[in-house]
Amino acid sequence: MVQQLDKVDVVTVGVGWTGGIIAAELAKAGYNVVGLERGAEQKTEDFLQTKDELRFDSRYELLQNLSNETVTFRNTPDMTALPMREYGAFQLGTGLGGAGVHWSGVTWRFLPYDFEIQSQTVEKYGEDKIPEDMALQDWGITYEELEPYYDTFEKTAGISGEENPFGGFRSDDYPTPPMKETPALRLFKETTTEMGYQPFMAPSANPSETYTNPDGKRINQCQYCSYCSRYGCDFGAKSDPIVTVIPTALETNNFELRTYSNVTEVLHEDGVATGVRYTDLTTGVEYEQPADVVVLTSYVLNNARLLLQSELGQPYDPETQTGSIGKNYCYQLEFSGQGFFEKQYNMHMGAGALGMAIDDFNGDNFDHSDLDFLHGGWISLRQGGRTPISSNAVPAGTPSFGREFKEQSIYQFFRMLSVGTQGASLPNVNNYLDLDPTYTDKLGNPLLRMTFDFHEQDQNLARYLAEQIEDILTEMGASDIAVNKDLGNFDIEPYQSTHNTGGVIMGDDPETSAVNSYLQMWDHDNVFVVGASAFPHNGGYNPTGTVGALAYRAAEGIEEYLSNGGGQLV
Amino acid sequence: MAEKKTGKPGTHQQEGITRRTFIKNTGLITGGLVSGGLLGGLLGNQLGTGTDTETSTEEHGHGATHRYEEARMFFKRQGDFRVLEMVTETIFPEDGNGPGAIALGVPYFIDRQLAGNWGSNTRDYMQGPFEEGTDTQGYQSSLTRGEIFLQGIRLINQISTSDYDEAFVDLEEQDRVAILTEFSEGNAEMRGVSSSRFFSLLRQAVLEGAYCDPLYGGNREMAGWRMKGHPGSVMSYLDVIQEEDFVEMDPVALKDHNH
Ligand SMILES: Cc1cc2nc3c(=O)[nH]c(=O)nc-3n(C[C@H](O)[C@H](O)[C@H](O)COP(=O)(O)OP(=O)(O)OC[C@H]3O[C@@H](n4cnc5c(N)ncnc54)[C@H](O)[C@@H]3O)c2cc1C
Repeated sequence: MVQQLDKVDVVTVGVGWTGGIIAAELAKAGYNVVGLERGAEQKTEDFLQTKDELRFDSRYELLQNLSNETVTFRNTPDMTALPMREYGAFQLGTGLGGAGVHWSGVTWRFLPYDFEIQSQTVEKYGEDKIPEDMALQDWGITYEELEPYYDTFEKTAGISGEENPFGGFRSDDYPTPPMKETPALRLFKETTTEMGYQPFMAPSANPSETYTNPDGKRINQCQYCSYCSRYGCDFGAKSDPIVTVIPTALETNNFELRTYSNVTEVLHEDGVATGVRYTDLTTGVEYEQPADVVVLTSYVLNNARLLLQSELGQPYDPETQTGSIGKNYCYQLEFSGQGFFEKQYNMHMGAGALGMAIDDFNGDNFDHSDLDFLHGGWISLRQGGRTPISSNAVPAGTPSFGREFKEQSIYQFFRMLSVGTQGASLPNVNNYLDLDPTYTDKLGNPLLRMTFDFHEQDQNLARYLAEQIEDILTEMGASDIAVNKDLGNFDIEPYQSTHNTGGVIMGDDPETSAVNSYLQMWDHDNVFVVGASAFPHNGGYNPTGTVGALAYRAAEGIEEYLSNGGGQLV
Repeated sequence: MAEKKTGKPGTHQQEGITRRTFIKNTGLITGGLVSGGLLGGLLGNQLGTGTDTETSTEEHGHGATHRYEEARMFFKRQGDFRVLEMVTETIFPEDGNGPGAIALGVPYFIDRQLAGNWGSNTRDYMQGPFEEGTDTQGYQSSLTRGEIFLQGIRLINQISTSDYDEAFVDLEEQDRVAILTEFSEGNAEMRGVSSSRFFSLLRQAVLEGAYCDPLYGGNREMAGWRMKGHPGSVMSYLDVIQEEDFVEMDPVALKDHNH
């Protein structure tokens, strides 16, 4: 028997970065908010004495348990999708704070170009520049409109950085100065400067100094201890939802958090959502939580999955290219090249977001007239902190085990530097999300099915970025440079990035998008779908800066919706 | 090497670990594990190369603690475990840098990992239907890692006996390498899984055992970290991260944080 609960103003499905932001803003404004989070509660204390590579980096303790739930994957619509049985190209978060707890913290703003990519491309290069199978769209919002929300997110998170010479207008500086420059970063900086590029420190949520945010939450100074990506920070020195927005929400007493609460459906009648159904994973009891506003903040993949499962919105059909739920699923072209040096660098020291960047090959910062692709990616040398199990780089030609391998992997441990990129991922009509016909999760609901491959645009862009990486490594004086110029097919196995985007995209037209620029569904006024699921394409950066900005904008929209007594905001 | 002393407390110039300290630290000789043929094989082929035999006699039977944890949780047959030991040592042999897999505790580390969540894939999606899938679709076997290891380890020995007329533990290193190379290239016929996947699991597990926190039974006495120059779980590098030269530090394990 499903238990009925009392109605609340707002319910969020998932309490990670986006759920935390929505909860904090609405609870501060006096609305009562319930946050349903399928995972456990967690706080900084959980991470004391846990600088443990095997547990967190090899065994992925903080990630979603795939035996409960995963996705299925195929490259093309004519293949049978099979479950991602183990990790994995991307790594899903679970528990309070979501992937925000074990993220690295590189916190970018997208380029003004990103938001108007379709119209700017047509204007500058003509219609023909856009391939037939590329579903390129403007975002229905401009950079200038989103700028104040970027500023809010950066201030909430205490982002450390220096201005991107190619970036859009900034109403204010980064709240904290850039992180420390290391010898390896300096080598990249000096080399790229000599090559005529404009290096700068990557924007980071590992603050360069102790910082108190406008909500009164303190984030400690990063200690460069290297236990960052895939770990929770033991020092409260990585800006994440559990040291910022979640305690802010809880303090208001208007926010009720329920953990082990797995939402399975958005309930709706005649175009209006009435609440959500969820299962208490500790007892198996099902509940219905009525709410005036339902906010999906369950990460890109479950945002799309829950809509499809609840039959909200129109599922995307790749044959007719109609419908919007599942459409424009995109990813990231993330890879690096490596080279070897005589000198030993202290690469075991570092932080998730410590890096020196160039943006000369991102967006439309360089001329694409004679190039066979659009967009680009940021290129960087990052110093996340090398750990001994996962880092065993050896020059090409070295056997993968045995004496020579051991000798080389030890000798080169501090002598290898890598230069990497995150290339933009532009939509293809055959890349999309829908429900799997065969495989289910532990509760018996269909898994999300991902159909995704790299297409010609991606291959050409990746090759170009790989060439730049090779040039930089060469100029840096590396030997045995190894850069793969052939992106190949998308492979679900090797980790690339947890930068899944799209599936519930924003836009200015209900025919071609699922949500408006407040992330409000076009056909269900009281449903907001927040996350990188709203990106019509993925830019050449990590997504969360833009996700945070959009979440602040959505929060403002929800407030407006509640105080106006409903209706479309756009 | 352009190493320098930092002069900071707790950091000092670290000489490469000597074979002797390695044996002393790891208790390789005194523990119950290395006996009979294996001891001979190991000392002869891996450690000794004929010189320096005084260490073994000197240390033999004295002092070091009896390692009660050196018993098996996963492998039932001692013979399988012996093959595993030799496989790990072939992948990560003792050399001038320091200890190999056996002395680091890698075989017992793997045995325990296989007995736990990892070995039974409890955090992986193991519901059917199972299909082979394409190369891009990842792990699709219905076998657990434990089952894969058992099958693979036995096949290694089988191939050794059929192709070389000798048990794997008695083979010369080059022949052991040759067999493992066949596995790594996917040329051995396994049921329900490719031999290259088995080999990559095996290789991964060996590296994990060599370099994990010693709490897991591998990386004994932090000798893996010392070899690699990694200082383990240091709380802060704030004051040294900008040093131009390489900073040597004594390693720190989780136990050291456990006050
Ligand atoms: C290792 C790693 C490194 C990363 N590094 C960076 C980086 O440097 N820069 C960057 O920009 N991004 C990075 N990311 C991505 C970043 O973590 C995400 O973009 C961000 O966390 C997304 O926020 P979210 O709120 O959409 O999702 P999450 O933070 O993942 O939160 C979603 C929450 O919803 C819950 N949930 C899901 N389904 C349900 C359900 N049905 N019922 C109830 N609850 C549910 C989940 O348990 C989770 O807690 C990284 C990610 C990983 C894994």
